[in-house]
Amino acid sequence: MFNEYALHHAWLIPLLPAIAFVVIGFFLRKSPVLSAFLAITMSMVSFILSLGVGYGVVVQHITVEHPLIDKIPWVDIAGLSINMGMYIDPVSALMLFIVTLVSLLVQIYAVGYMKGDDGFGRFFAYLSLFAATMLGLIIAVNFVQMFIFWELVGLCSYLLIGYYFHKPSACEASKKAFMTTRIGDFGLLLGILLLQIVFGTLDFAQLTIAIPEYVQQYGTGVLTVAALLIFAGPIAKSGQFPLHVWLPDAMEGPTPVSALIHAATMVVAGVYLVVRVFFLYSMLPNVMLIIAWVGGFTACFAATIAITQQDIKRILAYSTISQLGYMMLALGVGSVTASMFHLMTHAFFKALMFLAAGSVMHGLHDKGNIFEMGGLRHKMPITFAAMTIGVLAISGIPPFAGFFSKDEILLAVSEVSAPLYIIAVVTAFMTAFYMFRLLFLVFCGPEKPENNPHEAPSTMKFSLIILSIFAIIGGYIPHVYHFGEWIRFGDASHEGLNWTIAATSMVLSVLAMALAWLIYGSGKVSPDRLAMRFSTLYNVSYHKYYIDELYLWLNYTFVRGFGKILYWLDLYIVDGIVNGLAKLTYRMGDELRQWQTGYLQQYGLILFGAILIMVVWLVITAPISMASLRGGAY
Amino acid sequence: MNITLLTSEIAIICLSLLIIILDLLLPRFETRRSLGYLAAAGVAGVFAYTCTQYGVSATVYQGLFTLDSFALFFKQIFLLAILLTLLFSFDYVEGLAKYQGEFYALLLLAVAGMMIMASANDLLTVFIGTELMTVTFYILVGYQFNSSKSSEAGMKYMILGSVSSAVLLYGVSWVYGCTGSIVFEQIAKHANTSLGMLFGFGLIVAGLFFKMALIPFHMWAPEIYEGAPTPITAMLSMGSKVAGLAVLLRMVFIAFVPMQAYWGGIVSIIAAITMIGGTVIAMWQTNIKRMMAYSSITQAGYMIVGLLSADASGIKSVLFYAMLYMFANVGVFATIIAVKKHHGSNEIKDFSGLAQQSPLLAVVMTVSLLSMAGIPPMAGFAGKLYVFSTVIEKGYLWLGLLGFVMSMISVYYYLNVTKVIYMNEPCVQKEFIVSQPLRIAALISLLATLWIGIYPGPLAELANTAARSLSIL
Repeated sequence: MFNEYALHHAWLIPLLPAIAFVVIGFFLRKSPVLSAFLAITMSMVSFILSLGVGYGVVVQHITVEHPLIDKIPWVDIAGLSINMGMYIDPVSALMLFIVTLVSLLVQIYAVGYMKGDDGFGRFFAYLSLFAATMLGLIIAVNFVQMFIFWELVGLCSYLLIGYYFHKPSACEASKKAFMTTRIGDFGLLLGILLLQIVFGTLDFAQLTIAIPEYVQQYGTGVLTVAALLIFAGPIAKSGQFPLHVWLPDAMEGPTPVSALIHAATMVVAGVYLVVRVFFLYSMLPNVMLIIAWVGGFTACFAATIAITQQDIKRILAYSTISQLGYMMLALGVGSVTASMFHLMTHAFFKALMFLAAGSVMHGLHDKGNIFEMGGLRHKMPITFAAMTIGVLAISGIPPFAGFFSKDEILLAVSEVSAPLYIIAVVTAFMTAFYMFRLLFLVFCGPEKPENNPHEAPSTMKFSLIILSIFAIIGGYIPHVYHFGEWIRFGDASHEGLNWTIAATSMVLSVLAMALAWLIYGSGKVSPDRLAMRFSTLYNVSYHKYYIDELYLWLNYTFVRGFGKILYWLDLYIVDGIVNGLAKLTYRMGDELRQWQTGYLQQYGLILFGAILIMVVWLVITAPISMASLRGGAY
Repeated sequence: MNITLLTSEIAIICLSLLIIILDLLLPRFETRRSLGYLAAAGVAGVFAYTCTQYGVSATVYQGLFTLDSFALFFKQIFLLAILLTLLFSFDYVEGLAKYQGEFYALLLLAVAGMMIMASANDLLTVFIGTELMTVTFYILVGYQFNSSKSSEAGMKYMILGSVSSAVLLYGVSWVYGCTGSIVFEQIAKHANTSLGMLFGFGLIVAGLFFKMALIPFHMWAPEIYEGAPTPITAMLSMGSKVAGLAVLLRMVFIAFVPMQAYWGGIVSIIAAITMIGGTVIAMWQTNIKRMMAYSSITQAGYMIVGLLSADASGIKSVLFYAMLYMFANVGVFATIIAVKKHHGSNEIKDFSGLAQQSPLLAVVMTVSLLSMAGIPPMAGFAGKLYVFSTVIEKGYLWLGLLGFVMSMISVYYYLNVTKVIYMNEPCVQKEFIVSQPLRIAALISLLATLWIGIYPGPLAELANTAARSLSIL
């Protein structure tokens, strides 16, 4: 009964947070209590509805082949009709569940974290807007709806990164994030337009049918171009190399935002987009290969940077990039199951870790450098426990969530490509290493006297505990209940663990943990000495391969140079035309208004003159001139 | 003979008479606000009644008067326009020196005229409806008895209006002479393209173009718009214009079908001249009502563009545009009235700092103006998209491009007002009073403009139904 209702009213899921946004934004901004209450209530209802949707999907046997689609016409003009609606299948139901859950928990957490902040109401308004747009993106029925919400989540990301707008670094970071992702969005838009030109529709369900036929008839040439252009969107949004640079800087936003948007939900929109249009990618093995290598490279590349970073949130940011690379890699080797599985577990444990990091920073008054922390486990036991669970999960230690999903990915990769498998395993090793490094430096060792940590308030603890539970069981339960039967593309993938692969990754993780303990926990090996010893490597990694500097240089030399040419063109040619036109219209207006003399007899004269001309025109010349005015098309 | 088809017109006229009688009974020095409320409530009731009539298609009096979805759509535009206009003009009317009760009564009569025009199915009914509307407007335009500008405007409007009515009537006589009938269907049967027929047709069309204030038949508009009481300016801009459009649409698509090859050229050229002229002259205006006069001239130019495609989708686009044009006008004129009450004049510079004095009205004004300029996501964008996409499909690419360029230029003078609203400091520091009914009217226009812009589907669907009920197509 309830699932029936939820399924057919799934559009309420994005609508409720949108209402919260409007009401808070216009009426409740000045009242922290009411705005938080409204935002959380709406999120709660959305969450319950998406539980209903999930349940409905199971009991009504809605599968990826037979989704529930409901849409209404939005724009309908000659030659173009665009719908808005909802596309419910197991994949979108899963995403609805993840996003509403994390967003609910993050909002509860933020009540404690943002307490006393001047922009409290504004913060909850933005969070609600984000939830609304992200959920709208998830249930998109066509590329247009997807793109609209895609841009809107980008906007929310911009607003929330720049939430502390009085800080110059936050403003810079928000601009960087927006502009970098715009590069990808431009590609995405071009790809979408190309598909519209080729197929005349952007509807997912129709494209699912049309694309295989098209490939059979005309081959894959144009589609490859379209698919690559579309993939530019996910590259930027999901922080894949080379457009990953915005994500670490995005940590300027408040930590709950980092947890929600830049770890658990918005950044996986790219992965979700590829999954949603997998009917396109699955036809194009070459593009899949590119996706796999972009993902694999990003995963490994970001992990090497994370090893030397010192800011707790930046480490987590690079880790996010790396894990997103993992998901892309899984997609590239054709396993939607593994990718979505990891997306889910990652959402749990990464949100958990971010929230734990936020709790640490909250306890230490916004200190972020992990070398200035230490021994926090005594004063912050809950946070410590939460972070430990998160680290164990991401490192792939059984029975925590990450173990199952990572194993699924490694298995899928090993079946396709040996080099990529090695990259993935090495990445897993590095991931475990830098994560335990973080854990040991922050929570173990002696306490620093200058720190005066305190445990988080209860709303924050609540979210930490709930997410901890999900990070523990979030892998095992789906594994047992045949995740792959539901979330898949094509036939259901194999089940069960491959114990060779599982054991390898487990052993490597434990080794990494031991190594991290050796260096950062026990103090037997000095990290500074190691850094000196491998100073080149250390510096390259610490400076993130100098990619920001490279982009700056590129920007200065090429973009600026090109910009100067365009500026000249703009100044003398474009402006010349525009100003000329403006002058012309202005003069014309001046000339014409002189006719408005106020003399009635003159008006009468003009009136009769006009009538005369019109009637003469009608009688004599009309049929001939008609044809020419219509451009010959009669 | 089915007299019930006339129910809404009869109701409005009775309402008008009732108000005149009550006005006599009310004590002399009591405010006439209650009559305004009565008028608004009555109009709301009639509007609700018209909602139930969709789907009807019948005629009375040997086909002189017809009621179909097309007529209903226009009637609803007029009823909504008068309803919202009443809401935002209670204060204004209270400021009038005398005859406040008659003001409401006359306004209602003008609307009755418009409604008859929307349903008119023969040339004489067209003439009667037009005259009922116009003669009432002659009086209303000159209603500010203490203002010489208003009286002058009323006088000018009467003289020029009578000339145009004479032209229209002369055209009617020619058409009757050539076809032996004045009922549209009969005219269509006997229509030919003889010289006399074309002559008569041209004169009739010219008379209607005058009502719609298309260039070069627009000379009356700026002065009359400026001089008339603001609620009347609003109703001239929304009602008179759209009523002319309603008649024109029904006439050319039912009675003068054989002339289609002839009037296309005229309409396209007049639309072009109107769009260009209205836009470029508007840039120079410093008085907001004068600017709105030119703006409404331009808007009428956009609307008749939709006629050119001569099919259901073209008519649909015109109907759609007319509706959203009405809502945008309500927003603008409500704000003008509020500002006028505050400053006592209608100069654009009086809008300085409106954003600080009344954020709501500032937003309403901005959204309405941007809608007229055709900026998404306001309704005007959807409207222009519909209008121009249909004519471009018929081969009038140049007209589409021209409309696009003119829309861009028009952004200049619309945003100029917005700039004054937001950037300038208020020049008079006193409390800015926005009465409750005015606020409601402004809010309705704001919500409608945004709603139609973001989700044009339902209105487009309704307009489509209405367009298709012109059965000849």
